[in-house]
Amino acid sequence: MSERTFRVWRGNQDGGEFVDYSVEVQPGMVVLDCIHEIQKEHASDLSCRWNCKAGKCGSCSMEINGKPGLSCMTRMNTFEEGETVTLQPMKAFPVIKDLACDVSWNYKQNERIRPFAPRERDPDGEHRMMQEDVDRVQEFRKCIECFLCQDTCHILRDRETEQNFAGPRFMARLASLDMHPLDTDDRIQEVKDESGSGLCNITRCCTEACPEHIGITDNAIIPLKERVVDRFYDPLMWLMRKLRPGKKETVKN
Amino acid sequence: MSTATSEQTKFGPRKGERPLGGHVTEALQTQRNDFWQKGPLLTLLGFGAFVVYVHFRAFMGTEYYAAPYLSPFYSPLVYANPDFFAGSPTFHSLMGNLPQGAIDFWKGMVGWLPIALPLSPAFFILLFPASFRGTCYYYRKAYYRSLVGSPAGCSVCPLSSGTYHGETKLLLIQNLHRYAMYGAVAFIFILTYDFWLALWMPVDASGAPWVSNAVSGTDPAGYQFGFGVGSLVMMLNVVFLGGYTFGCHSWRHVIGGRLNRFANGNSGSTGLTYAIWKGSTWLNERHMPLAWISLFWVMFTDLYVWAVCNGWITDYNTWSMASGQ
Repeated sequence: MSERTFRVWRGNQDGGEFVDYSVEVQPGMVVLDCIHEIQKEHASDLSCRWNCKAGKCGSCSMEINGKPGLSCMTRMNTFEEGETVTLQPMKAFPVIKDLACDVSWNYKQNERIRPFAPRERDPDGEHRMMQEDVDRVQEFRKCIECFLCQDTCHILRDRETEQNFAGPRFMARLASLDMHPLDTDDRIQEVKDESGSGLCNITRCCTEACPEHIGITDNAIIPLKERVVDRFYDPLMWLMRKLRPGKKETVKN
Repeated sequence: MSTATSEQTKFGPRKGERPLGGHVTEALQTQRNDFWQKGPLLTLLGFGAFVVYVHFRAFMGTEYYAAPYLSPFYSPLVYANPDFFAGSPTFHSLMGNLPQGAIDFWKGMVGWLPIALPLSPAFFILLFPASFRGTCYYYRKAYYRSLVGSPAGCSVCPLSSGTYHGETKLLLIQNLHRYAMYGAVAFIFILTYDFWLALWMPVDASGAPWVSNAVSGTDPAGYQFGFGVGSLVMMLNVVFLGGYTFGCHSWRHVIGGRLNRFANGNSGSTGLTYAIWKGSTWLNERHMPLAWISLFWVMFTDLYVWAVCNGWITDYNTWSMASGQ
């Protein structure tokens, strides 16, 4: 058992400040336990989101010592002895109160993506696909929508752009649809123009931040960028499309 | 999708704004308290060392061949330059000796410079691997972080606060990576051929190891099969560069990633395309270490050839054992 100092940002849209709290840390505690301890002992009005406490609901995202992370999965024994732990709300989203943010922008992005459009069923009424074909897509289904990838992405976090960038979470969703063996929709134009695939400069912070270890950059964003190259920037692919108009370079069905 | 609105492009506090949440907004500021600068600094040092070395060796234009080893910086050797000691294995070059007229023209072009600038065969070669690595998806991360601070680290404010275009305007050129990749794949075959040649020691008419054109003025009379430490160094160079190239994201896409269905709809079998894609994916997961190992090893291979060429080290090999030297 040891005493730790927590430096927690307290405030709302009108402003705020860091407030220090002291917490008795027991072996096995995570940051979220300490926040509950602060609520119990010092500040019952401290706001934060949490739910499952098992790294599966994605609610308790915040910035811990400047790095986006899940407070329920950040163990206290990962900090140095005597190290002050700084807690802040996610930078990329508007603050509601204390550590709670308004992440509703993400849901609006999701609504902008056209839903899954499967091909017609087989004559026996079944949809058939092979495991090897959906392995790639299933990786993206692990997403818990914690939005840490969105928070750490410098385009959403720090940049002024003339274009919109949907963010890593939704590039992964677009990839899961575009790579799906049953999906028939052509989404490449939108990946380029409306989701802003060209804005991503592959600095991989989203992949580093993902608590589910999804290969967002290598398996979603870069493959989508390559599909955009197929369509818009590769003269050989353009020639192949002209010579073999019935054969799409990205096989849809 | 609906059209994006300006409201949707702006979220967290920007430079000059009141930083809610206690966040910082100035260039290179962060609330991280770990040594996040370590990665960008190591990258900068690694790149810097390589760039300095490769330029030095390319501008040397000589001492790139120590029979039977050819430095990868000079492969494929388009022409031999008879002006230079140990830089002219005429039999190894694609187009023989460089015409005297070309040498004179070059001297006329650069003669005004305060330093001697040889017409190095490396000038014609290094552009290809440089463009491959320069547009590589891994190296982009490395130099966007280390060189331009865009951003320098995760959750670190970017160096520049101007309007951000990413890879949509000038940097659209990064999309040429696929073509650089085609060139890099060709280089793997070329370097494999060089490794094959590194197993055959050129000998003169008496069976003694051949001495370079610059000294003997003659081409070798024959070749003797064998193996040396240099052959192993060149083999590992091919292995590491192959691992890096065939784990390239563009290669992975072109050979299978572009497909949505690998399996045959009737039999369910996946076939060769899937196997190759899986293999490339395995290498892709190791792309960063392979990028650095192959970068280091290609430099080391050149250094080895340079050192043997000058007699700084002895190349242990079967040819010298056979001749009792």
